[in-house]
Amino acid sequence: MTNNQQSVSSSGTGVPEEDTATVPAKGRGRRSLGAALGRSQLSVVAVLAVAVLLAYLLADSPVIATQAIVTGLLIGGVYGLVAMGLTLIFGVLDIVNFAHGAFLAVALFITYWLVSSMGLHPYVTILVTVPVMFAVGWAVQRGVLSGAMGKPLENQLLITLGISLVIENGLLLLFGANPRSVPLPGDRTIGILGAVADLSRILAFVGALVLAGVLFLVLQRTRLGTAIRAVAANNAGAQLVGIDTRRIYALTFAIGTACAGAAGTLVSPLVTVEPSTGALFNIVAFVVVVIGGMGNVVGALVGGFVIGLAEQLGTIFLPGQSPLLSVFIVFVLVLFFRPQGLFGRTS
Amino acid sequence: MSILRVEGLSKHFRGLKAVDDVGFEVEEGSILGVIGPNGAGKTTMFNLIAGAMPPDSGRVFLKGQDVTGKPPHVIAQSGMARTFQLMRPFYSMSVLDNVTIAVLAGKGGHANPRDHAAEVIETVGLGTWRDSPTEGLPTAALKRLELARAVALRPRVLLLDEVLAGLVPAERAPVMELLERLRSEEGITLVFVEHIMAAVMRLSDSVLVLNLGRVLTSGAPDEVTKDPRVIEAYLGEEPTRADS
Amino acid sequence: MTQTVAVDRTSPAPLPRKPWNRHLLAVAVLAVVMVPVPLLLPQAQQAVAVRVMIFALMSIGWNVMSGFGGLFSFGHAAYFGLGAYTTAWLLVEKGLSPWIGMAAGVVVAAAFAVVSGYLLLRYRLKGAYFALATFAFAEMFRLLATNSDVVNRAEGYHIPLQVEESWWWLQFAPSSPNYFWIALALTVVALVASILFLRSRTGQFALAVRDDQDAAAALGIPVMRYQLTTMAISAGITSVAGAFYVQYYLFIDPDLAFGSAVSIQAILPAVIGGVGTIWGPVVGAAILGPLSDVTATVLRNPPAFLSFLEGRGGLDVVIYGVLLIVIILVLPQGIYSAVRQRWFRS
Repeated sequence: MTNNQQSVSSSGTGVPEEDTATVPAKGRGRRSLGAALGRSQLSVVAVLAVAVLLAYLLADSPVIATQAIVTGLLIGGVYGLVAMGLTLIFGVLDIVNFAHGAFLAVALFITYWLVSSMGLHPYVTILVTVPVMFAVGWAVQRGVLSGAMGKPLENQLLITLGISLVIENGLLLLFGANPRSVPLPGDRTIGILGAVADLSRILAFVGALVLAGVLFLVLQRTRLGTAIRAVAANNAGAQLVGIDTRRIYALTFAIGTACAGAAGTLVSPLVTVEPSTGALFNIVAFVVVVIGGMGNVVGALVGGFVIGLAEQLGTIFLPGQSPLLSVFIVFVLVLFFRPQGLFGRTS
Repeated sequence: MSILRVEGLSKHFRGLKAVDDVGFEVEEGSILGVIGPNGAGKTTMFNLIAGAMPPDSGRVFLKGQDVTGKPPHVIAQSGMARTFQLMRPFYSMSVLDNVTIAVLAGKGGHANPRDHAAEVIETVGLGTWRDSPTEGLPTAALKRLELARAVALRPRVLLLDEVLAGLVPAERAPVMELLERLRSEEGITLVFVEHIMAAVMRLSDSVLVLNLGRVLTSGAPDEVTKDPRVIEAYLGEEPTRADS
Repeated sequence: MTQTVAVDRTSPAPLPRKPWNRHLLAVAVLAVVMVPVPLLLPQAQQAVAVRVMIFALMSIGWNVMSGFGGLFSFGHAAYFGLGAYTTAWLLVEKGLSPWIGMAAGVVVAAAFAVVSGYLLLRYRLKGAYFALATFAFAEMFRLLATNSDVVNRAEGYHIPLQVEESWWWLQFAPSSPNYFWIALALTVVALVASILFLRSRTGQFALAVRDDQDAAAALGIPVMRYQLTTMAISAGITSVAGAFYVQYYLFIDPDLAFGSAVSIQAILPAVIGGVGTIWGPVVGAAILGPLSDVTATVLRNPPAFLSFLEGRGGLDVVIYGVLLIVIILVLPQGIYSAVRQRWFRS
């Protein structure tokens, strides 16, 4: 396996060159909030404002634009949760977990199975999916990924790719491709600011924000969270102060996978339950992570909202096209103008 | 006209001034030694001059042309080669292939690049390792490989970053002879960063002293090493005996 | 082991010979040996052999960029699909010969590689970022194709059947050995191209850039230029596989062109055989091709205890995934490299 040069360039300067977008803004406290509202973030706000304005102008009626914004923000919360898990894994383990969406799909199918065979309420299943996916994540990292540590990072990336294919096609084999759905008892439409939203969507949004908040609190306020941030910021240094990095790797991967799992349960009433649904969230999470800055947890949440909005506003700008198209346009634009993402740093 | 001229070079990293208003001139065919305590900014200065990172301010002139901030490969093509403090061989290739790459990348259409590379390898004293893979080579050999690659480029100016570090005294002498030969036979201008005072005294025509990113003083080797400011800058550092 | 570095005063040993001619000879031998094969194999096995060569083509292409260039691509389906769709579109919509389509596909794929490569490489972002982005690009193409009327959306293209066999239209009777020979020729050309690439200055520089980008730049090598060149060559080779695929299977749709299974089919043979080696992709393809055939057979007529799998798709990709994981953990340098090392040690 070749040793792909990671991006540290100037040798022996004694001052490590900043790897782009890997220093998480989480944990930088008050200073970051002020500094974070830098030029790029303000320009993104400006672009969003312009996009919203255009949406109102282009839409057949203002209600449609409002609807798009509401829907976009609601789903954006879930995207943020999924992306937070993914970016956390990157920040600590330096790998992109190609199987992240597949784990979401597993949780989705667990929820479906529990609901259809035991008649449980979908949200109750979160009590099962989160611990199960946490355990799965732990087992995968400890059992499979750690065997490739110390080798070039591509090995681990390839393993996660392999896992994603095994899971997605395994689900295909087991359940077949027939689309299924998970009904939410008591689901109804609710009016918000002149637009409508399904209760399931709102609950998914609320659930996602709650879990995101919990994750953030764990990272900022607990010893475990501090240890995780330490390993993300400086692996060698963390080991020197006695942090068991192996345990942190497994833990972080487990937490990240649990986020995907939770998201899977939360969206189960919203989406078609089929193996490819995971791939959809996977690719969206990838784009969100890039936009927020790889490794940046706050950026992932903000990025989630940005992408949710972009996806829905895209249905106004590009009618008839898949909403994912606008997501990809944003992706290419970010690559072009600011590849390190909103909260990442230029080297 | 000086072949290398640096003016007002500065670089800071998030508040830390690594290089602060550094300037000097080197005449063609002369040897400039750069010394200074650890953290003085010597390697950063090399990185700035060689294009590995852009300076915040200042100018670098090579053969009269402004090469400030140009990418490293452009500067190498313009005739200034450098070695790295941490050896950076092309790990998948043998020593010979490593140097052949340098020959191919440099000037002069050699009829047979590999033969020429083999010659350079002999000149540098790396002959025993010529066909070995770079993995597992001793430090001394890796240092010489860095040197061989840089020399194979046929540069006019050679920036050497601690090319003697990690070598025992017996290994240093041949390298120093080689550097002298490069100057006297090939007319290559040398700028070298070094901690080993004996080497600096013996090889340099003039010495530049850096401290905390700034130029402390410069001049003839014996003047500079007697300068009380220089001695003070090194206070607390293990004194290196002049005859080691 | 302390060794002082003494100047060697005895006359130096002659320079070691480079293996390029040996490899070229091996390709020639392989080509000659393979030529009579379709005349000896039954139809079903011929199809497997053709599939092996398509995998080999894809993976040889992937290996140029990821193995020789060190730029690990997780979305090589993008180039495969661009080759496939360019050929199909030019044939169905514009009535152009698939050979022209193949050439056009190479241009399109190479152009995309250069543009996307430039965007991804100019800021020296981490390898994981590059992997993610290449994956995303392939997925983007899949979605674009699925939703574009220009390329028939999810329906894809059926290649119209010709009345007679034709070399110009690259269509023969299904059992014709011509498909095999064309695939063989393409694979041989790709192998020769990869050998000549490694032998050339471009290839050597690409390897140097892979090994140490900064050291290469310090020697005067324009890093970006060689990275993009490597990517373009890689894309071109893989797109040829896509173009041939369309003509052989007479059908293409977004999933078959750009799906992640396709990307893994480009990666897996090289990983199995040995990334960064000349023969690795070929060895891996020879293992993988029959494997996918076996699983297809199993799925059509599964044994009793697997009867619930009947008619379902996905088993072959599951096996690909498992194989990928196992090989990476157990034999990361690949079979070809492992065997070669053992051989030279003994």
